[in-house]
Amino acid sequence: MATGNGNRKSPSNAVKIILVIVAVVFLISWISKATTGMADSTWLNIRDGFLITFAAFLTLSIFSFLYNDNPFYKFAEHLYVGVSAAYWMCLGFWSIIVGNFVPHASKTLSTFFKVPFQEYSWFYYVAFAFGVILLMRLLPKAGWIARWPLAVIIGTTAGFNLSRYLHSDFMSQVGNTFQPLFVDWQGAGHFFSNLSLAADGQLVMSAGNWIVVVGVLCGLVYFFFSKEHKGMFGAASRLGIWILMITFGASFGYTVMGRISLLVGRITFLFDDWLSIL
Amino acid sequence: MSVGLITSVVFIGGGVLWILVQSVKGRDVDRRWIFLFIGSTVALALLFHIRFGEKATPIVKAAFNQIENLPEGASVLIAFDYDPAMEPEVGPMADCFIRHTLARKHKLFLMTLWATGQALMTNTVEDVLKPEFPEAEYGTDYVNLGYKVGGFGVINVVLSDFRAMYPTDAHGTLLDSLPMFNKVRSLRDIDLIISIGGGTPGVKEWVLFAGNRGNIPIVGGTAAVVAPLLYPYYPRQLVGLLGGTKGAAEYESELTGNYDRFKDMDTPALRMMGPQTMAHVVVMAFIIIGNIAYFRSRKREGK
Repeated sequence: MATGNGNRKSPSNAVKIILVIVAVVFLISWISKATTGMADSTWLNIRDGFLITFAAFLTLSIFSFLYNDNPFYKFAEHLYVGVSAAYWMCLGFWSIIVGNFVPHASKTLSTFFKVPFQEYSWFYYVAFAFGVILLMRLLPKAGWIARWPLAVIIGTTAGFNLSRYLHSDFMSQVGNTFQPLFVDWQGAGHFFSNLSLAADGQLVMSAGNWIVVVGVLCGLVYFFFSKEHKGMFGAASRLGIWILMITFGASFGYTVMGRISLLVGRITFLFDDWLSIL
Repeated sequence: MSVGLITSVVFIGGGVLWILVQSVKGRDVDRRWIFLFIGSTVALALLFHIRFGEKATPIVKAAFNQIENLPEGASVLIAFDYDPAMEPEVGPMADCFIRHTLARKHKLFLMTLWATGQALMTNTVEDVLKPEFPEAEYGTDYVNLGYKVGGFGVINVVLSDFRAMYPTDAHGTLLDSLPMFNKVRSLRDIDLIISIGGGTPGVKEWVLFAGNRGNIPIVGGTAAVVAPLLYPYYPRQLVGLLGGTKGAAEYESELTGNYDRFKDMDTPALRMMGPQTMAHVVVMAFIIIGNIAYFRSRKREGK
């Protein structure tokens, strides 16, 4: 009969050698960082050296996935998931139960957790009860009751967001579209005599506003399906899809910039904090 | 032209040419070569300290001018709503905002709606605020409200009353004992909100739940990924916006250009723009090569 470990292969000699080399390299790095540390005490230097070396090891372990899946990546990944789960669990207790509930629920508990007691409020007990009811999902026979607090959460969030989004993302956005098509217009003579391609110049600002107004109108036409997209309407619709594509392209460009920034950040950490060669 | 720039250009040119030749010949290029190439480009640019000048665009200049034009002693709230993953992009913005607001002698209210923002906020206070502004007094010039769970719910509450959500500051001191809170009861008493972030809750939530409702001007500093979603709020709902490393670099250049005391300050965003620009050139080259290879393959297949 096959056991759970029956298919597990023992690591080859090459893997063992790699593991030893990596361990030795990072041990040397730790010793080096600890001996060149700037902190006041030896203990702090040893601790900081370990933290920086371990962070560098984890960074390189995650990067190693770009080559292929490997044990270093798996270790870093599992460590991240485990630490995150524990972190958020503790944070939930200290920030929600101790931070929000206890100061309104009990003087004794407030003293115990060293948080200032505020005032009793029945509302917090209701919220606490809803929290407990949410956990009923774990019980097969009483799972249905968890739908009640969930309904309150969804209803409240929807209510908040409906009014806010209606005001901010609809009404105000429509207002934002009404841009002056000729910015700071003082006649054609003034316009041509001060013609400039500066980003805050009259020409560029006016052109930008034209793009906003025409872009919004054509984008709306593209999503208007009650009339066949032919003639002028079709041309506006085609321009609308071009505007949308350019928008998606700009978004993607920004995403690339963001990802490269993260790469620069990590390499800066490796070169500066770890290797000190910058 | 520096040796570093020439070396980088030769390296990039050689690599791009090799990939172009492989693509034109119809051979597959392993994606790991692409990763290695991008990584090496960034590493070279960092090692050779390659930098390019930045000039503030109107949207960044608007953010700068907003802080510049506030009267001395104005109340400014800075929200550190980000995590370590976003730190390379938005951390330099936080440093700049702290420097600029304190140089203008504004009163700073620091807070975060992200649990992970607490430690980063403390880092900024310890590494920038305290060493560069030793005269700034806690409770009189700046206050650290720390992290509060609740997302946009927190903004909703503090819009009407700070004390309902924050009976104490991050150190456990009662707000009523801090001089800065003598005249500040709610967000409506704040002259400017600076939201730094890139997720939820973030700049958008500050606009939705504080800016629009309380008619409070908001400046945003955000990770590049979400910046395009926030541009529509400019200029009425957001008075200025810093998008990604580029936005941070522009702000740094504006700050160093306008204040003598900041001429020699550390400019991480400007430093990052060199590798960033080189990497963008490589990505653009790859897009062009990819298209050339695509059209050649279509031609070979007789389409």
